[in-house]
Amino acid sequence: MIIGSLLLLGLFKFPLWNIMLGAPQYPDPLGMNIYIQGIEGVEEFDLQNIDGLNHYIGMKTIPKPEDMWEFSVFPKVIIGMVILGVIIGSLGFFDRLSYKYFLGWFLLMSILGVLGMYDFNNWLTEYGSDLDPNAILKLNNPDGTPMTYKPPLIGHQKLLNFDVDSWPHIGGYLMFTGMVLTLIAFWLGRKFTLKKTTQ
Amino acid sequence: MKNIFKSTLALVALFAAFTSCNNSGKSGGKSGALASNIAEKVYVAPGEHDSHYAFLSGGYSGNLTVYGLPSGRMFKEIPVFSQFPTNGYGYSEESKPMLETSYGFIPWDDSHHPDISQTNGELDGRWIFINGNNTPRIARIGLRSFETEEIIEIPNSAGNHSSSFITENTEYVVAGTRFSVPVPQRDMAIKDYKGNFKGALTFISVDPEHGHMDIKFQVLMPGFNYDLSHPGRGKSHGWFFFTTYNTEEANSLLEVNASQNDKDFIATINWKKIEEYVNNGGGTMMPAKYTHNLLDEATHTTTSTMKKEVRVINPSEVPGAVYLLPTPKSPHGCDVDPSGEYIVGNGKLSANLTVHSFTKMLDAIENEKFAGDAYGIPILNFEDVLAGSVVQPGLGPLHTEFDGEGNAYTTFFISSEVVKWKLGTWEVIDRKPTYYSVGHLTIPGGNSRKPFGKYMFAMNKITKDRYLPVGPEMEHSAQLYDISGDKMELLLDFPTHGEPHYAAAIPAEIIKENSLKFYKLADNKHPRKATNESETKVVRDGKNVHVYMTMIRSHFTPDNIEGVKVGDKVFFHITNLEQDFDVPHGFAMIGANNADLLIAPGQTRTLAWEAKQVGVWPFYCTDFCSALHQEMQGYIRVSPADSDIELSWSFGED
Repeated sequence: MIIGSLLLLGLFKFPLWNIMLGAPQYPDPLGMNIYIQGIEGVEEFDLQNIDGLNHYIGMKTIPKPEDMWEFSVFPKVIIGMVILGVIIGSLGFFDRLSYKYFLGWFLLMSILGVLGMYDFNNWLTEYGSDLDPNAILKLNNPDGTPMTYKPPLIGHQKLLNFDVDSWPHIGGYLMFTGMVLTLIAFWLGRKFTLKKTTQ
Repeated sequence: MKNIFKSTLALVALFAAFTSCNNSGKSGGKSGALASNIAEKVYVAPGEHDSHYAFLSGGYSGNLTVYGLPSGRMFKEIPVFSQFPTNGYGYSEESKPMLETSYGFIPWDDSHHPDISQTNGELDGRWIFINGNNTPRIARIGLRSFETEEIIEIPNSAGNHSSSFITENTEYVVAGTRFSVPVPQRDMAIKDYKGNFKGALTFISVDPEHGHMDIKFQVLMPGFNYDLSHPGRGKSHGWFFFTTYNTEEANSLLEVNASQNDKDFIATINWKKIEEYVNNGGGTMMPAKYTHNLLDEATHTTTSTMKKEVRVINPSEVPGAVYLLPTPKSPHGCDVDPSGEYIVGNGKLSANLTVHSFTKMLDAIENEKFAGDAYGIPILNFEDVLAGSVVQPGLGPLHTEFDGEGNAYTTFFISSEVVKWKLGTWEVIDRKPTYYSVGHLTIPGGNSRKPFGKYMFAMNKITKDRYLPVGPEMEHSAQLYDISGDKMELLLDFPTHGEPHYAAAIPAEIIKENSLKFYKLADNKHPRKATNESETKVVRDGKNVHVYMTMIRSHFTPDNIEGVKVGDKVFFHITNLEQDFDVPHGFAMIGANNADLLIAPGQTRTLAWEAKQVGVWPFYCTDFCSALHQEMQGYIRVSPADSDIELSWSFGED
């Protein structure tokens, strides 16, 4: 339980998510790493170059940490969950607290995670569809509606000449592993308690 | 019994089949299967990279071209000694100082012998040096940027031909004069040449960190012609070898008068000894005038400095530092094998190829076995220093390279072939024709301690019918051979650019990862840069108007300029704001009397333009940079000289 929640600290060092953009002209794809504190380019000038390309289709520039409340709130939420996890875990270890709280932590984390994903998806939608009306390129879908450029939440999508791939990164995987560990902790705790009661 | 007979017959048939296969292979190698086998050896599939870089001198183009091996594809022409309107080299304000000399601005030269920097006698791929033959200069090209970074002029020299060869730790790049001349130059009768003219052999020190060049000393040798040179390596490190011709010291009709002596010399210089002498204050500082031009990568600007003196050494000042090795018949190439033991003198009018032994040379020097002297320089006995001769290998030997497996490869101009022979036994192993009249040849690392003996290419002087005809004037041809087997195999014929004399080649992996993708804007220290659009401006300074301009896909800032008047000189200082690989922008101004500019990401370059006529004059981007490249343009309004229109500029306003 403790290890599981501590793994969340990896989010401060490693990106939660990663979006790569490859095109014929970009055999080495451009990429952004999404951290809980902000967005950074995979290579030094990737963000600048993504912004440079996006100006043709009228997309806003990629937000700086100060432009989005999420980048100041997310780190606090994660720290809160780590502390909570460690306390629950320690108390659980010394039998001061029921293992059921482990599941509680997991459920809370899952709800927060889903909320985070929902928020992330909202941002992607806004980023990809709130376009400058004076954009150089204004393209329509085959059905006549204006084309939008929302990157996929997860998976691969073709956007004009770009192949966009969006997947969790190391920080994200550490978080998922941590969450699974808390589930295992719950299961172990349950087994241990059931054994005691049946004895 | 019957069975045995049958199977014997079958075997005979089988042998016959193999033999006939071999025969057809030897006679021309044009049968389908074999031809496709050769094609595979030079085929580099689309998107794949060649295994080697080759840097071919441009001869009278004054430049250096970059090729891939084994494909023979040209990747780039690097402007060195010649103005290059393609990218504005020698036209932009930043690069013009690179072509300054003591004779003033010179837009051209004749580039001959590139040599890649070495560490411990092995190619390290940091820089490549090349000589300007006509107005004596040495250039250094960085192998990160593939740009000319430095040029130093050589005083007291004329026809800078026995250059630019480097010692095994790049301590020195060496430049020897072809012509002997009066030193210092003065008004005198040409017929008084003999005994009065001097040949300067120049040792230029190379800063180990930055590669910056500085003339350490010049040895003022007798008035012979110094043709080619090479450093000692390994055991002979510390010595340098120069071929000479015209030891007759003729000043007219050299083709006859300089071919009379049965033997000319290979001059050898113990540069370590002279270096020590100089470090202890030896030599004489002599007044001289020569330029030193250096590119600052941070400001993207070259500065030219005029130097006022040079240190000269008379060989008699340093006893035991200079000797002459008799070598038959006007030797041309002077090549040292990877071990440093053998010095090959390619006597171009000689029937045999002469190879001297470094060990024997040292021994003769130690025992003072001298045959005489020339102007006080000891001459050794031919027989005492001779290691051996390759007997009648061909006609007109010029240059030799080595494969690191104990073999040498010599070009023969007159018989138009490359001959492979064995060091030590001097036997000829193989010969292959070249098309036609080969000059130099190159094996990657073939003049270092560690050759990479897989490929060899020959650079020819005569092209004739090798390609589709293109009129009387043609590019020269080169041939690539596979030398990994006992016999050389001709793989490929490819045209070159200008007249490649020598070339240097290197395995790609030594340099390709270091190749720069773009310049960082944050490191740009150009005094008139604009690192973002808000820094752009137009400033008048008397008749000069300075435009601080930026370029990024797909616009210039500013793109409307007014208030320029007839008689003004407009300096466009343009910074490319891109920070992405391979997004240069160009700049062309109507009526510009110079060239366009090609500006790499992060770089600032300046074009000067004279406003001569009233009107509204356009400029545009010359490099198809983006989908909206055709929109990347702007206007300058030029008003009459007495107009009172204020200077103004704008971008994106209606």
